[in-house]
Amino acid sequence: MSGVSLTLGPVFFHWSADRLLDFYRRIADEAPVDRVHVGETVCGKRMPFTDAAWPEIIERLERGGKEVVLSTLAAPATVRERRSIEELCGEDRLVEVNDFTALRWRNGRPFVTGPFLNVYNEAAAAFLAARGARTICPPVELALGALAGMAKRSTGVEFEAFAFGRLPLAISGRCYHARMHGLHKDSCRFMCEQDPDGLAVDTLDDQKFLAINGVQTLSSQVHVLCLGSAELTGLGISRLRLSPHTADMVAVAKIYRDLLDGKETPEQARFLLSCLDLPGTMVDGFAFGAPGCRSPQAA
Amino acid sequence: MELVCPAGTPATLRAAVEAGADAVYCGFRDDTNARNFPGLNFSPAELAEGVRFAHGHGARVLVAINTFARVGEIDRWRQAVDTAVRCGADAVIAADLAVLDHMARAHPDVRLHLSVQAAAATPEAIAFYADAFGIHRVVLPRVLSVQEIAALNRAIEVETEVFVFGGLCVMTEGRCYLSSYATGKSPNLNGVCSPPEFVDYSESAQGTTARLGGFTIDRYAPGAPAGYPTLCKGLFKAGGQTSHLFEDPVSLNAGSMLAALKAAGVTAMKIEGRQRGKGYVGDVVRAFRRAVDAVEAGGEAIEIDRLLAAQSEGGRQTTGAYKKTWR
Repeated sequence: MSGVSLTLGPVFFHWSADRLLDFYRRIADEAPVDRVHVGETVCGKRMPFTDAAWPEIIERLERGGKEVVLSTLAAPATVRERRSIEELCGEDRLVEVNDFTALRWRNGRPFVTGPFLNVYNEAAAAFLAARGARTICPPVELALGALAGMAKRSTGVEFEAFAFGRLPLAISGRCYHARMHGLHKDSCRFMCEQDPDGLAVDTLDDQKFLAINGVQTLSSQVHVLCLGSAELTGLGISRLRLSPHTADMVAVAKIYRDLLDGKETPEQARFLLSCLDLPGTMVDGFAFGAPGCRSPQAA
Repeated sequence: MELVCPAGTPATLRAAVEAGADAVYCGFRDDTNARNFPGLNFSPAELAEGVRFAHGHGARVLVAINTFARVGEIDRWRQAVDTAVRCGADAVIAADLAVLDHMARAHPDVRLHLSVQAAAATPEAIAFYADAFGIHRVVLPRVLSVQEIAALNRAIEVETEVFVFGGLCVMTEGRCYLSSYATGKSPNLNGVCSPPEFVDYSESAQGTTARLGGFTIDRYAPGAPAGYPTLCKGLFKAGGQTSHLFEDPVSLNAGSMLAALKAAGVTAMKIEGRQRGKGYVGDVVRAFRRAVDAVEAGGEAIEIDRLLAAQSEGGRQTTGAYKKTWR
């Protein structure tokens, strides 16, 4: 086993409680991931549908030997959303901070920063580490070279790279699922539940481009960062984050684990991932300072 | 109410001040600010001269150093802050923890405004920045309704500034990587969005196709004026429909809501558009000066929507998130 760990990020999409229970049951039993993020990060309106499921999911994951991280909302607005952050930050388990709202409540106690929090340089990392940051997963647009530079200049905090999944590119006050269905966010009818990987947004010339997930915009393409553990360790990266999709995430985790353990080459890993039912073609431009839509071959 | 106006160049700064700006905001000619466009912005000497001119006319100068500092190059951002202070800036507008931290340590006596790029929209987030860095004002992201702004102002100690006119970010500012996905250049890292060097227009029998980074953003009928392919204002296909999914090609005009924003406790009204020329800025500032003065006098806000319509993109305007139905 190499020293690079695998993290399963939070589910961005509006999955039902039953779907979440099934998903995490399998993750707990079969997925070779070390850490699992749980909770809603995109839209507070979805929370009442899944609130009751999380205690069982957390118990199941911890029984399966996973370290559980409680993720918090990226763009809290209502009193109820803000209260959910305050409550989660009061928990003993590790918390993922996705907005500075959470830092207000978590300041001084251990936390992880997610890709919604703008940590772009070593001074920002040091500032957060001094306040309890244990792991920093920087914004997806930050290139590996910059991430490595930040890691080299930092102490007491580990760095995680977003390695698999549609890229979280933007968040808004407006719900695009609602807008597309002629509705407003405040009376949205939860149309986003129909698209468990997000809804594809193509250009007028049928180029695959983006995907919407309520108030969130993602890439249509799937970011796939495949590097061996020696290279990752050299860059100062301790963890890779896999972002959940309806594709077989146990298979995804196994491919990454084998890659990190030297049982697969990056080329083999990319091929095996391409055989899965991914929601888009593979890209990795952001990792190399190129447009995020750049495919691995061209990078 | 303070009227805060854009100054992309020294000439625009003078035009804005002469048209009645209470404050102007500007940036240096590099990637330390979020309007890093060719031909725009200030050298240190130009800033010092601009500050002298503004102060001579009773106006303040706010300097935006509001991109996120690059790994290993943070000193460049710190030096920009020091230079702005040395030039007599009345406030620095910043978003990055590194820049805010430097301001708080090195220049605790200079006003610090939290940039919209920091996307602080809750009492807790704003209190965090106030406690950590002593910010005096927060520029609010363009995602809050007037009612939410009023509630926010009751819950925080610092001043608020809101955008009332100009370009409209649909996504939460500082949390949007769409531009870098298509082009590799982003607001946070490069101070640009949908930059012109990645724009391409091509003609065909169908009309003019506007692309950004190779992605088709919109198409215009033959002979129709083609708009700029800003990513979030594009025409896209989703769910079997073709629509301006994220936002129509509109610009923000909350002129009709100045009184409501004042009543909501907002300190400063901001006009977007550092990329605009002095003629445009002068016209818009003059119109808003009249409107703000009318609101301050306790009278009805004069109807300036129509007056300003000709200045806006495609002539179409929105009050954006200030009305809840925008969501």
